[in-house]
Amino acid sequence: MADKVMTFEKLPDRPPPMSQVGIVGWVRENLFGSKTNTILTLVSLYVLYILVVPLVDWAVINANWVGEDKSVCDANKAGACWVFIAARFNQIMFGLYYGANPDQIWRPTLAFALLIVLAIPLFIESFKYKLQLGAFILFGYPFVIFALIHGAWLGLPVAGTSEWGGFMLTFVLASVGIVGALPIGILLALGRRSELPVIRTFSIAFIEFWRGTPLITILFMASVMLPLFFPSEVDFDKVLRAMIGITMFQSAYTAEAIRGGLQAIPKGQFEAAEALGHNYWKMMAFIVLPQALRISIPGIVNTFIALFKDTSLVSIIGLLDLLNMALITSRSLEWKGFDLEGFTFAAFIFWICCYAMSRYSRAIEDKIDKATKY
Amino acid sequence: MTETSAVQQGGSQPSKETAADIVIEMKSVNKWYGEFHVLKDINLAVSRGERIVICGPSGSGKSTLIRCINRLESHQQGTINVDGIELNDDVKNIDNIRREVGMVFQHFNLFPHLTVLENCTLSPIWVRKLPKREAEEIAMAYLERVKIPEQAKKYPGQLSGGQQQRVAIARSLCMSPKIMLFDEPTSALDPEMISEVLDVMIDLAESGMTMICVTHEMGFAKQVANSVVFMDVGEIVEQAEPEEFFNHPKFDRTQLFLSQILAH
Ligand SMILES: Nc1ncnc2c1ncn2[C@@H]1O[C@H](COP(=O)(O)OP(=O)(O)O)[C@@H](O)[C@H]1O
Ligand SMILES: [Mg+2]
Repeated sequence: MADKVMTFEKLPDRPPPMSQVGIVGWVRENLFGSKTNTILTLVSLYVLYILVVPLVDWAVINANWVGEDKSVCDANKAGACWVFIAARFNQIMFGLYYGANPDQIWRPTLAFALLIVLAIPLFIESFKYKLQLGAFILFGYPFVIFALIHGAWLGLPVAGTSEWGGFMLTFVLASVGIVGALPIGILLALGRRSELPVIRTFSIAFIEFWRGTPLITILFMASVMLPLFFPSEVDFDKVLRAMIGITMFQSAYTAEAIRGGLQAIPKGQFEAAEALGHNYWKMMAFIVLPQALRISIPGIVNTFIALFKDTSLVSIIGLLDLLNMALITSRSLEWKGFDLEGFTFAAFIFWICCYAMSRYSRAIEDKIDKATKY
Repeated sequence: MTETSAVQQGGSQPSKETAADIVIEMKSVNKWYGEFHVLKDINLAVSRGERIVICGPSGSGKSTLIRCINRLESHQQGTINVDGIELNDDVKNIDNIRREVGMVFQHFNLFPHLTVLENCTLSPIWVRKLPKREAEEIAMAYLERVKIPEQAKKYPGQLSGGQQQRVAIARSLCMSPKIMLFDEPTSALDPEMISEVLDVMIDLAESGMTMICVTHEMGFAKQVANSVVFMDVGEIVEQAEPEEFFNHPKFDRTQLFLSQILAH
């Protein structure tokens, strides 16, 4: 009996028919699945055609990519003048000082390169010290970037904050606002739910004040009003003032985003934490906030993205961020008339940054969704 | 010779205790939610090693009563003494009592962002200040005891209800409590999972743990309880040994309740 064992060999699965898989299958199912779908697809294709084709013509096919000065572009008006962006790249990205001192450009370049190198391990699944590295990027790296781009601490030629500008300024203002607002926002969110009336009232008043005031007003007040309250010898740095204003403004929004997360934590979590003997701060630090922050990530990132774009409002106090730098450069005598290129380039950089933030938050959400279920 | 036998009996023989062995004492406790009088003149004494089952209709104040014991709720009148510490607004007292008293909830309340093992070690490490290694060893021992050591690395969301409740019991035990409170630990479970949790509770009872269990599992009550308490509309109506309680309930309300429960 035992010697007559029948064996079956499993044949490999046959591939599904061509019409069900791959691009063909996908297109058939999703774009031409029904009559309505087909019509919508065709209309969309037509709209894309009338919008995208001229844009590509202008921005890529007819564009002026190489040249020394304006004359190339003036000769070919049908295409974008990227020569302008190339010629003024340093200024648009790093501001007036670095635009005028190309030999110093390594400083901001190094600072950004360092950030990218530091950030890479955060995306590596098996890297163990993510939390520590993240904390360093948030709270240690700002000193590095300041030392490099300002220069005084390292004995380099000083690039005063009044000469900061372009993408670098946008980045610095937004980062300081975002990083500074996180701890303040957490405290405010906790304060808003506190059982102590003094703390609760203060938090509500603080949040509602900054949330109810437009950023442009805050910046204006920081610039014009703040000096009125201090003796004239105290010369508050303009960029510092903008940073403070932006941080306060942002912390109110961060607080509200986190409050949403806190509200979503079931009462049972607090009770279990208390029953296990955690005091308020331990309960918040180990049990409530880790969950609340995860829930709030999409909301927090939304406010980050909004702030990143809002930094352009610093032009009201005479600071030249990415957008405004691109704008004034395109109004200089040498490059007059290329506003559109300036705007397009600025928009492109903004979009890259905001899209990256949004993708990153999606990735984190997906990862957390898998782990966290009640 | 008498001394040794007394020591041996000390842990697991509740019948031996004297007045000094009373670990929970509630005297004329009253509590209101606003106008609503939720606990009415509650008197209850629990000796070391004693197992008490509390039952009663929904809304009768059972949860509120046991939540007063670890101060998840505060009472307004009367005194509650737990292990010689009086419960009042003194934060230090509350902290001390919560170290002694473990609690298991109807809906488990595991921390979903932490693995099973981390759920069990978080509080020993941060509240009891145990070294991580030691906390992990203890946690694994208790997970072993509730028969799910192999799930240690999973997240609570990946476990069944019965498994989650067993983790919740292990998590509580990791704090080495002297008293365990259970608030309807099996009533959120699918029927086929109830026995695996009750088995763990019976095992715990047999090891001499002082337990107060709010539950409608009458089989469990008969098997392990020293005494059954029946509550209705905020009052303790009747308290008796299980034999007496189930066979000769004194009050109509108790009889009615039992007939409803046992009819199922
Ligand atoms: N936080 C609260 N505020 C107001 N009323 C409450 C609160 N918690 C419970 N109650 C009420 O107190 C009564 C007793 O509740 P509870 O102790 O949970 O009963 P049981 O556990 O016996 O079902 C119920 O009527 C309930 O509605
Ligand atoms: Mg209840």
